[in-house]
Amino acid sequence: MNKINSIRKDWSLIETLIAEDRKILDIGCGDGGLMEQLANNRNAITHGIELNRDLAANAIARGFNVVHGNAELDLSQYSNNSFDYVILSQTLQAMMKPKDILSELLRIGSKAIVSFPNFGHWKIRLQLLISGRMPVTESLPYTWYDTPNIHFFTIKDFLNLCNEMNIVIEKSIGLTSKGKQFDISESVTGVNFFTHEAIFLLSYKNFEPIKIKSSKKVFAKNSVIAN
Amino acid sequence: MKTKFTTDTKLESEIAYFENINLKLESGDIIDSFKLAFKTYGKLNADKTNAILVCHALTGDQYVAGNNPITGREGWWSRMVGPNKPIDTNKFFVICSNVLGGCSGSTGPKELQNGSDVAYGGNFPSITIKDMVKAQSLLIESLKIEKLFSVIGGSMGAMQALQWAIDFPDKILNIIHIAGALKHSAQNIAFHEVGRQAIMSDPIWKNGKYFENNEVPERGLSVARMIAHITYLSENAMHRKFGRKLQSRDIISFGFDADFQVESYLRYQGKSFVERFDANSYLYLTRAMDYFDHDETFRKNIEFSHNPNNHLKYLIVSFTSDWLFPTIESKMIVNQLNSLSREVSFLEIDTDKGHDSFLLEEPQLDDVIKGFLTNNFAKIDE
Repeated sequence: MNKINSIRKDWSLIETLIAEDRKILDIGCGDGGLMEQLANNRNAITHGIELNRDLAANAIARGFNVVHGNAELDLSQYSNNSFDYVILSQTLQAMMKPKDILSELLRIGSKAIVSFPNFGHWKIRLQLLISGRMPVTESLPYTWYDTPNIHFFTIKDFLNLCNEMNIVIEKSIGLTSKGKQFDISESVTGVNFFTHEAIFLLSYKNFEPIKIKSSKKVFAKNSVIAN
Repeated sequence: MKTKFTTDTKLESEIAYFENINLKLESGDIIDSFKLAFKTYGKLNADKTNAILVCHALTGDQYVAGNNPITGREGWWSRMVGPNKPIDTNKFFVICSNVLGGCSGSTGPKELQNGSDVAYGGNFPSITIKDMVKAQSLLIESLKIEKLFSVIGGSMGAMQALQWAIDFPDKILNIIHIAGALKHSAQNIAFHEVGRQAIMSDPIWKNGKYFENNEVPERGLSVARMIAHITYLSENAMHRKFGRKLQSRDIISFGFDADFQVESYLRYQGKSFVERFDANSYLYLTRAMDYFDHDETFRKNIEFSHNPNNHLKYLIVSFTSDWLFPTIESKMIVNQLNSLSREVSFLEIDTDKGHDSFLLEEPQLDDVIKGFLTNNFAKIDE
């Protein structure tokens, strides 16, 4: 798959994860391609952030709500739960602080959609093993010294981080390098080996308190106790 | 008792009169009657959905496009407004009015006081941006336009656009806010104060009564303009344009003539300004900008004056080299709107032309304004 096809495929899968009439923030929205698709096909209300000046200008000129800025600095200005979905398509690996970004996504949005290239794919492992040099592939086409991708991670790494952060994986879709689609959660063995790109629908564990009548305390599930 | 009375104004007339309207100003003063000079461009469509109000900056006027009969030159934003221009008058009906307190036909210090043959001068009441916008809203009402598609302005015009969003969110669909801020900064007030002191220390100013002897405090006003003009440029732009180049000479004079091109340029700017602008108006309008401050109140105003179904759109634009209204000031507006989940777009344009960039050749500004207006207009037209 070339880069453009890969992004299109990514977008159409993201679309399948999104319900109708929702409010969406697309981080790294480029000139608004995904926003347009979601507005047309899902009747979404779309907002975007784009770091690149020319792309942001194009998106604004196309009539989209786009803020020219740096997500790592600017996400803090959005209020809690102000979007239904926050989308980070193929950019987590380019973030300075991926963990902070991940928690910001789920603070701003009820749900987050994150897609990324899997560094655990067999081609990448093989390249490193055989050549002894940093892999350069179709989905990660940069040499080590000028790559925007500064944090490489595998699906396993990502799943561990989600677990550590109490993030629930509601849905996960994997793509092989041929573009074949599968459910990551159902194909446990070898998934980190064959997944070329992964798309996750995330939310926080539900902390809604279940009130139990008691003279002094209100007990809630997940061990949260609210007085 | 005087009753409120709004004159119906014809679209093609150039002055709107508001008699016995008792316009209450923010200062508490009341102007019982006033007039606004305005110009319109293009045609209002049958549904009256294509009207755009352009708000001028400190020394602008109603002649936004076409020929300006006062200066004999092109309108101040004729590169932006006109047929097939970014603000396309083939498509939009553009209105631009001289602000209240201005000096190109609207009621201001150089106009005669109601029922007398003496000009207001220093007796003119203090004007704020809010007052200007209130007067504009009466003009729009008298033109029988219920909703403006857009309010657009740079600098003091941006302040007016923001004030429209605060005071009349239900009468507009979007604003384009260029090189503005939530408040006039201490540095900006300081520059204005130096300008005002230059005017007021000119012996001809005479507490604003210079017109009694048919005189103009030219020296003071031109110095005020020279100072202000420096703040509209950037160091790089000045260096690029003038460097240390000498004016009409090969060697320095060891005197105080305009040896350098930059001096000659500023002197020319000051001199030509005096011919077209009233010194008292300059005092009042700079003061109006100084008083502009929504730093603490903007968020609350937007939060409570808008209902969630109000899809007022904001386009906020800044310029990298603008040190008078730097990007950080625009971003404060964007931050607050984002924290309220409003429909906001923001772009910082990369240029070395300083604050004046919005009046100059900036293709990205053209593209963004044209696209923003066209695409958002297409959405309401559906």
